[in-house]
Amino acid sequence: MGNPRTLYDKIWDSHIVAQQEAEAYILYIDRHLVHEVTSPQAFEGLRVSGRKVRRPEATFAVADHNVPTKDLDKGIQDPESKLQIDTLEANTAEFGVPYFSMTDDRRGIVHIIGPEQGLTLPGMTIVCGDSHTSTHGAFGALAHGIGTSEVEHVLVTQTLVQEKAKNMLIRVDGDLPPGVTAKDLALAIIGQIGTAGGTGHVIEYAGEAVRSLSMEGRMTLCNLTIEAGARAGMVAPDQTTFEYVQGRPYAPKAGAYEQAVAYWKTLKTDEGAHFDTEIVIDANALVPYVTWGTSPEDALPITGYVPHPTEFKDEGKQIAVERALHYMGLRAGTKLTDIEVDHVFVGSCTNGRIEDLREVARIIEGKQVKDSVNAIIVPGSGLVKIQAEEEGLDKIFEAAGFEWRQPGCSMCLAMNPDKLAPGDRCASTSNRNFEGRQGQGGRTHLVSPVMAAAAAITGRLTDVRDLT
Amino acid sequence: MDKFDKLTAVAAPMPLVNIDTDMIIPKQYLKTIQRVGLGKSLFAEMRYDADGNEIEDFVLNQPAYRKAQILVAGDNFGCGSSREHAPWALKDFGIRCVISTSFADIFHNNCFRNGILPISVSHSDLEKLMDDAERGANATISVDLVTQEIHGPDGGVIKFDIDNFNKHCLLEGLDEIGLTLKKENKVTDFEDARKLDQPWLHT
Repeated sequence: MGNPRTLYDKIWDSHIVAQQEAEAYILYIDRHLVHEVTSPQAFEGLRVSGRKVRRPEATFAVADHNVPTKDLDKGIQDPESKLQIDTLEANTAEFGVPYFSMTDDRRGIVHIIGPEQGLTLPGMTIVCGDSHTSTHGAFGALAHGIGTSEVEHVLVTQTLVQEKAKNMLIRVDGDLPPGVTAKDLALAIIGQIGTAGGTGHVIEYAGEAVRSLSMEGRMTLCNLTIEAGARAGMVAPDQTTFEYVQGRPYAPKAGAYEQAVAYWKTLKTDEGAHFDTEIVIDANALVPYVTWGTSPEDALPITGYVPHPTEFKDEGKQIAVERALHYMGLRAGTKLTDIEVDHVFVGSCTNGRIEDLREVARIIEGKQVKDSVNAIIVPGSGLVKIQAEEEGLDKIFEAAGFEWRQPGCSMCLAMNPDKLAPGDRCASTSNRNFEGRQGQGGRTHLVSPVMAAAAAITGRLTDVRDLT
Repeated sequence: MDKFDKLTAVAAPMPLVNIDTDMIIPKQYLKTIQRVGLGKSLFAEMRYDADGNEIEDFVLNQPAYRKAQILVAGDNFGCGSSREHAPWALKDFGIRCVISTSFADIFHNNCFRNGILPISVSHSDLEKLMDDAERGANATISVDLVTQEIHGPDGGVIKFDIDNFNKHCLLEGLDEIGLTLKKENKVTDFEDARKLDQPWLHT
């Protein structure tokens, strides 16, 4: 036995192919997910250099960022969006990469369908040209976003040149109280450590509250790790993980599954392993969180008030806060629950899974979306949509006044027709409240699914625990 | 990839912290299937008004900074999305070096793959460089990758760190894929061992 190692150390060590130079290692990549926005230039690079995809079977592609979420029978109206999706389809055909087409019920947001199909497995290295690839860390995989040049590198070599990151442990003790979700936990963490708090680190989430989360909750938590600046977030696999994976289309079949589980059980941090940074959070003390500004670190308990720039020590942050207040059209000192919203968006790779939709349905059943609010629900995948409809959730949504859409990234980043107009204010279950993120001039407040449901009913940011 | 060794240029100050990739290149410009031509859309929502006219106050619209090749920016530059369109837009505009106290990981990697040098300096050094940058065209900054030094207009010298691999690649303008392919036999060896150890990953 060598030195005690963290989960990240173990996955890192088991994927080293060679040392390239000093701290730069060639790391093997087990799974490469591909979408239409960040891949065309990479495939073009292959064509120009006459190279092939090394392991098409370890690669998987789907279009998600640009896809419309309604009137799909009319085709894709935006010519640029259509070109990107057509290009993906042509590239996957040319290079033999498996692909879920626009007419396949299994299509959806790449980070939703990876886990759903069993493409995401414990112990893997997983990359995708999308920062929210951190989602897959929920399975005890090392998963992170890469740029297009790196997409090309992985397509050609099935490896990536990487420097090892530091280890950070976030231990969440106790239990999340009712009304407080994985989303609130993630926002609380980002609010505490900041959007650069995790820079240079891989975060392992541990502790009672994390263990108690479902796989979907863990995905939400790991998804938002990138908003804390960390390279990746991960949760050691356990019985919850194994049960989720078993039987999924691309998961190991009987025989191989047992062998895999025996290996996956070794994927945990050894006693006494070293973490460069450790943070402890008391789950019992948490409340629902919302963001007020234009950075995910602008997160506060819903019981709070919009801050004043002078509350921040750093001069750069003061400038950013002033700018954010102006952009968001907010006055310092305003009670967060007094902020009125005119849009509600439920969906995205952060909160577009079936459990998220069930939670929204539980809150809005028998209630009505306020007249002044435009509310849409976008399932994360075609299979999530079918599941929700089998459970009758779509009827609950539509009866309450929500629009029920086709799957896609939608208003999380507004590359498709779903976007805010200047000055619109949205309670959103997505992951970024950056300026212009949901549409130029649009104003985003990040919230959990139940908090989004509450805001839809009252027309303002609302503490879901107060809803009767 | 374009080489980077030395650069002497005007530096534009952007003291804002957490300048994210959505600011650097808003998503409406991600629909291209090419790498070039994004320079005119760099910082589009800060740089142009709703009618597409330049906003005078914005630093890169000011006469002194229109040809800036260095950006001096607040903490955590490039946070957010993995879009390589961000360094593509910077490069297409003419920016070859970004100096901040810290960078988001993916953006940092993406810069190196595109011949852009991201330099991390201390808060106090950043303050000095920000002051220098605010003096506009009268105060050029020199960056020397070989000696890992930044020379200010008044003779001040700031040393910076960079990992050997990225330094080597930038100085030589090396193609990273070509470098890895030289070790392709090691990838094959790894895969062969893997088929025995974890066969479920190689079906």
